[in-house]
Amino acid sequence: MTQTTAESAVRKQRAQIRVRTLRTDRWWLAPVLTFAGLFLFLIYGFWAMFDLSMLAGSYIAPFSSPCLAAATCPEGARLFGFAPFGDWYKLPPGLLILAFPGGFRFTCYYYRKSYYRSWWMSPPACSVAEPHSKYTGESRLPLILQNVHRYFFYVAAIIGLILTYDAVLSFRDADGNWGHVGLGTVILVVNAVLVLCYTFGCHSCRHITAGRLNHFSRHPLRYKAWTLVSKLNARHQQFAWASMVSIVVADLYVRLVAKGVINFPFA
Amino acid sequence: MERHEYDVVVIGAGGAGLRAAIEARQQGKRTAIVCKSLFGKAHTVMAEGGAAAAMGNVNPNDNWMVHFRDTMRGGKFLNNWRMAELHAKEAPDRVWELEAWGALFDRTKDGKISQRNFGGHEYPRLAHVGDRTGLEMIRTLQQRVVALQQEDEKLHGDPEAYIKVFAECTITRLLKEGDAIAGAFGYWRETGDFVVFDAPAVVLATGGIGKSFVVTSNSWEYTGDGHALAMLAGANLINMEFIQFHPTGMVWPPSVRGILVTESVRGDGGVLRNSEGRRFMFDYIPDVFKDKYATTEEEADRWYDDQAGNRRPPELLPRDEVARAINSEVKAGRGSPQGGVFLDVSTRLPAAEITRRLPSMHHQFKELADVDITKEPMQVGPTCHYVMGGVEVDADTGAASVPGLFAAGEVSGGMHGSNRLGGNSLSDLLVFGRRAGAGAAAYIDGLARRPAAAAGLVEEARAEALAPLERTGGENPYEVHHELQRTMNDLVGIIRKSEEIGEALQVIEKLKERAKNTASAGSRIYNPGWHLAIDLRNMLLVSEAVAKAALLREESRGGHTRDDYPGMSPEWRRKLLRVTLTPDESGVNVEERVQPSMRSDLISLFERGELEKYLTEEELAEYDAAVKES
Amino acid sequence: MGYKAKFRVWRGEGGEGRLEDFTVEVNEGEVVLDVIHRLQATQTPDLAVRWNCKAGKCGSCSMEINGKPRLGCMTRMSTFEEDETITVTPLRTFPVIKDLVTDVSFNYQKAREVPSFTPPADVKPGEYRMQQIDVERSQEFRKCIECFMCQNVCHVIRDHEENKPNFSGPRYFIRIAELDMHPYDVADRKEPAQDEHGLGYCNITKCCTEVCPEHIKITDNAIIPMKERVVDRKYDPLVWLGSKIFKRQR
Ligand SMILES: Cc1cc2nc3c(=O)[nH]c(=O)nc-3n(C[C@H](O)[C@H](O)[C@H](O)COP(=O)(O)OP(=O)(O)OC[C@H]3O[C@@H](n4cnc5c(N)ncnc54)[C@H](O)[C@@H]3O)c2cc1C
Ligand code: SF4
Ligand code: SF4
Ligand code: FES
Ligand code: FES
Repeated sequence: MTQTTAESAVRKQRAQIRVRTLRTDRWWLAPVLTFAGLFLFLIYGFWAMFDLSMLAGSYIAPFSSPCLAAATCPEGARLFGFAPFGDWYKLPPGLLILAFPGGFRFTCYYYRKSYYRSWWMSPPACSVAEPHSKYTGESRLPLILQNVHRYFFYVAAIIGLILTYDAVLSFRDADGNWGHVGLGTVILVVNAVLVLCYTFGCHSCRHITAGRLNHFSRHPLRYKAWTLVSKLNARHQQFAWASMVSIVVADLYVRLVAKGVINFPFA
Repeated sequence: MERHEYDVVVIGAGGAGLRAAIEARQQGKRTAIVCKSLFGKAHTVMAEGGAAAAMGNVNPNDNWMVHFRDTMRGGKFLNNWRMAELHAKEAPDRVWELEAWGALFDRTKDGKISQRNFGGHEYPRLAHVGDRTGLEMIRTLQQRVVALQQEDEKLHGDPEAYIKVFAECTITRLLKEGDAIAGAFGYWRETGDFVVFDAPAVVLATGGIGKSFVVTSNSWEYTGDGHALAMLAGANLINMEFIQFHPTGMVWPPSVRGILVTESVRGDGGVLRNSEGRRFMFDYIPDVFKDKYATTEEEADRWYDDQAGNRRPPELLPRDEVARAINSEVKAGRGSPQGGVFLDVSTRLPAAEITRRLPSMHHQFKELADVDITKEPMQVGPTCHYVMGGVEVDADTGAASVPGLFAAGEVSGGMHGSNRLGGNSLSDLLVFGRRAGAGAAAYIDGLARRPAAAAGLVEEARAEALAPLERTGGENPYEVHHELQRTMNDLVGIIRKSEEIGEALQVIEKLKERAKNTASAGSRIYNPGWHLAIDLRNMLLVSEAVAKAALLREESRGGHTRDDYPGMSPEWRRKLLRVTLTPDESGVNVEERVQPSMRSDLISLFERGELEKYLTEEELAEYDAAVKES
Repeated sequence: MGYKAKFRVWRGEGGEGRLEDFTVEVNEGEVVLDVIHRLQATQTPDLAVRWNCKAGKCGSCSMEINGKPRLGCMTRMSTFEEDETITVTPLRTFPVIKDLVTDVSFNYQKAREVPSFTPPADVKPGEYRMQQIDVERSQEFRKCIECFMCQNVCHVIRDHEENKPNFSGPRYFIRIAELDMHPYDVADRKEPAQDEHGLGYCNITKCCTEVCPEHIKITDNAIIPMKERVVDRKYDPLVWLGSKIFKRQR
């Protein structure tokens, strides 16, 4: 008994269309802008890592917080005055901590999308052919390491709290008296809020709160948390960009104040 | 030519076909499923509102007897009562079974399957998933077929050993040996190659006939193939004059005219208004329903919150009543700008609630008509939706009069009488799909010898199918089709008149001649022009059946409204119109048959007062006797 | 109201073919599928296209319109300029049968590779009790109309035919997620998702989500949560340790 139809060879062919894409819109715009945005951020980050003017009154530049090296960190920039890395440590202090928020963003599901698309062009845009001849995605080394993301989240959650603490400290004036509100305070508070929204909208966080459960109804509190995180998560891309911009703005602002380019009390 | 041997060939992969195939396979029969579209795209996918089953999850007073009564009432007592009984009794089990196969219905607070209100159903009864219940059902059955295939792969190493889907394959003829079914003949749409199935049992589950009308909620598949195949094989159709026009189809833009607006819009609070802003349905409550429907807007509105203490809004009358009412409003000049009436939920429910309960309606109007139903009313009008008539079958087994032929789903007739209640189709598919599959399996078990298709039949079928391709310079099949649609819509539509039907029959005769001369350009590979030319035969036969039966029935009942005979007649209730093919296969004959009386325990479920509106004196005497006995 | 539109439609059989130009009438409120049908009825009776419902419910009429995967029946002509040439081509990732009709059997084959719903042996039909909030996530995935546009747009197989054997595609990732999140499903789906269905190939670039006509958040709600569940099982030492200890306690 024959069960299968004999198939001619031609049937197994895709439509032969020899252009990369037939899209007529400006599909390249988004990857170009993303590329530029991420590139500028990296350049700024690199510069900020080596810049030591991180403390201006009660303002601490977010890129340098917490500052952990005794040799280079001014007293006020240390977390609870604590500097575990002694004088022997001569490299830029930013190196010690930036790996964490950096790694967090690098392995973030949203950032992965954005740099796979804009840097690696895999794919540059939907239904636009990618230039690579081989592709295995995140199924093997090195990209399989992206799966550590949740560990970065744990650290990032702590850093997010430190930034919040820093923002609270910014309500003091240069002498340490509470009640000060300057432009810097506003900037640092906004930044802290955006960073928290970004951090707690993380997919790993969503998974940990309740995403991993199959019975929400048996865990009402975790379900509530999940619902909240899901709301942030739906805007994860927006918060990623907003917090990236706000960090740069906040960091640059504090450094400019520290360098005397902008002066108190307006600041 | 490609040839396959199976125990059961199921034609149709909608709810009925899949359920039948699953049953046949579960009973150990080698089963083929043949369908015109891809697997999982059959019409059932479009059903929105829900599947009626008296589970009593929302209102514990519900039970099969109430459901049975509602069904009979909705069908104006013309239903095959045995089918209505089986349907009401077995529907809950069939729905629960779906859940065990992975369906995820919306839930009640205590975790059971939630049920919603629908026209003609006394209690909330429709198991549903938002407004995409049909999709859930077909996907579940599709996945059940896959599950069985996975089982077979483990057992036999071949997933398709016991159940195989032949998608995009159209059956054009049933094959017989003597009186009995021996198989089916068809062509692959993809390649145009022919294929023969040798099988002692064939289950028809091909759905409806709506494509013979212009304004319809049905897709191209609904060319009445099963109806025609059954007649060509010698079986009978009944109730063909009853066609359900769904009251609410889209009317604008022209290209989507007819696309369905689910009844759940009304079940969830939507109201119908004419151009004067009046809720006109209050003016159209027929006498037989007077005591069941609200007479004031206040009472109707209270009903949504308190269904025990109030009567239901008249928007939820059975579909035939609402369709006729809309038709009259439009005729009287009180229609909406684009020739319908207004259906409004925007003022009745908060926007968020609308998008939650009616997501696909919201989407459909937004995308197709640029109308935001949370802000503005929709414009709706009647659309050809469902055929109550179909193959005459035995209620318990789905067997047609031809040995080896079975039918289930929309293609079978009797279950819904003269008018189907919303939600009763999906459950019908499950209940009678299963019964037809079991019926076919039992038939095979009792068979001494497998019939073999008579010589020559295959060759004839092949020649018939190839004819349009071999003619050159003939008529464009699209034009013939379009004229048939216009004719049926205008002359055998919602409101019918003797002269108009006569005129339609004349046109059909002419179209039959023209159809014989259609030619399709192009090759055999996926050629829609050719496919349409082949389907014309079926549409014409079925249209003739509808028109002839409609001409004969001189009363108005359910999905059949005669302008010249506006009343419902108890005498006519006792009559079934049965359609058969003429011996030369060129047309159809209609004859009157007697509708069997209801079993006494079933008829005793009704009040005498209600039955008086439907039954003859003679039948009422029988009723009195039955009640006295019990 | 009506105007003449310029259409370029890919025509051909079995891969070989070309873009053909047509001028065709368009009326108010029409969608691309209507125009294709008008071509069928008036100019090219054998132009092959799939469709059923004309209301975005069946997922038959998937095609690429100006290079983007779209449902023909849900793409309104009013979204284009009147003088724009509209290019309509078949789905690129699957072999062409004829014109706009492609052989999508790849998807049905992959469907069969996902083990079916597996309830515990002791629950009978009618005994299922599930809360709405527990089924909502899976319900989102069951909205899928199997238009296969996500499968078509996914670069993992669109640009790399050789990945087809190892990669089930987004449609089946949501199926796996649906079952893995089902309150009554007892089968293990996490390791197979990674090892057999190729979840790791997905680089979450979200094209599937972009094209889904049902607006299913394929990446955010199915693929990423599944990736996280896979991490639990395969890559996270802490969770692994925790589950060992927890099991022992029980
Ligand atoms: C828009 C819409 C909404 C609806 N909503 C509801 C609702 O809410 N509740 C309800 O109960 N009912 C509803 N209905 C009615 C219900 O959906 C149908 O009556 C029912 O789905 C019919 O199912 P079926 O199994 O008989 O046939 P279908 O699902 O239509 O399947 C027919 C099958 O037969 C195949 N076929 C046909 N001819 C051939 C041939 N010649 N060769 C091979 N295969 C063939 C087709 O390919 C198809 O697979 C609705 C209908 C529509 C159109
Ligand atoms: S997100 Fe993953 S599955 Fe979806 S299209 Fe991109 S690579 Fe494919
Ligand atoms: S997930 Fe969306 S895009 Fe993919 S097949 Fe389903 S409906 Fe289509
Ligand atoms: S931070 Fe973006 S997903 Fe975790
Ligand atoms: S025809 Fe059904 S989705 Fe377009």
